[in-house]
Amino acid sequence: MIYWQIFLAFFIPGILGYGGGPATIPLVENEVVNRYEWLTVNEFSEVLALGNALPGPIATKMAGYIGYEQAGILGASVGVFATVAPSLILMIALLSLLMKFKDSPKVKKMTGLVKPTIAVLLGSMTFGFIANSFDGIGITQTVIIAAVSYILLEKRKIHPAYVIGGAIIYGALVLG
Amino acid sequence: MKKELLDEQDKPTQLRLQTQLFLAFFRVGILGYGGGPASIPLIQKEVVEKYKWMDDEEFSDILALGNALPGPIATKMAGYIGWRVGGLIGLLVAIFATIIPTIVLMIIFLNVLNAYKDKPWVQGISAAVVPVVGVMLGVITLEFIKSSKITLGWAQMLIVLIGSLIAIEFLGIHPAIIIVILLCYALLTPNKKKKKCDL
Repeated sequence: MIYWQIFLAFFIPGILGYGGGPATIPLVENEVVNRYEWLTVNEFSEVLALGNALPGPIATKMAGYIGYEQAGILGASVGVFATVAPSLILMIALLSLLMKFKDSPKVKKMTGLVKPTIAVLLGSMTFGFIANSFDGIGITQTVIIAAVSYILLEKRKIHPAYVIGGAIIYGALVLG
Repeated sequence: MKKELLDEQDKPTQLRLQTQLFLAFFRVGILGYGGGPASIPLIQKEVVEKYKWMDDEEFSDILALGNALPGPIATKMAGYIGWRVGGLIGLLVAIFATIIPTIVLMIIFLNVLNAYKDKPWVQGISAAVVPVVGVMLGVITLEFIKSSKITLGWAQMLIVLIGSLIAIEFLGIHPAIIIVILLCYALLTPNKKKKKCDL
């Protein structure tokens, strides 16, 4: 039963997330936080933060870790399989067909049409994280950390691993 | 007999090929920061420049194909290239090398953190990373809006955006349903090449 739930929780994001791994994150959150309640929003954000601080694809890291926490190695394998296999099998099976259509306006339209929906999901996650942080550490700390990390990430183009590393040190020393 | 001989000779090359596949995608997995899409240039470097398994054109075809399908891009690339270069075993080797090392790291780190959950400094860490992740997600949100605007134009993008917002946040409809409806809409409506699509 738990394996079937893990499969579904990652299968749905895997086949609906247009735009690569990051697009699947809000769909994963919807499943593991809202539907199955395996993690709280805060726990999910920790997993996501650490996932962003580590190298490699994000969707499979989330699936592997959450699957492992719920049901051990087999759970991790099921989560990763459900994330990776469906779209990969589609890609290999439909190769010649897809080659014909990859530049077709329809495919572009499909991706384009789904993106605003993904943006809504990502936006509402963003909002949820910030609101959660207001409750936890207050508006001032939240705004300071958010502003500094925005400047470092987007303006100074500092590597996310360093920014998250910095936040970890700040959190341990100042907020602890 | 001749075939047996060939198979014998094939064994070391097969093994070497699979080892190369493993190393190529291991490096991609362990060096690619910022999720799958950020590791695409690393894959290109290994597959096209270093091992010359395919040329740039084939690589960009595969990338376009991968982008037309849902789900994480890095594993689609690894799986497909592994399959194309080394068959089913190649597919498994490439995916394994891409994802396993970082999943193991992730499980170790988070379990260490969980073991000290009640310590104030760990709670401080948990609290401090939330706004950073919020910012990262906010940035991705804007990127999705921007790239969708390029394909759809302002008007259509805003309609889908606001429609999705109402459906998901206020009506509580599962996002999967909305995505499936949008995909059907894209497939079933004719391409308007000459007329301006002003929906």
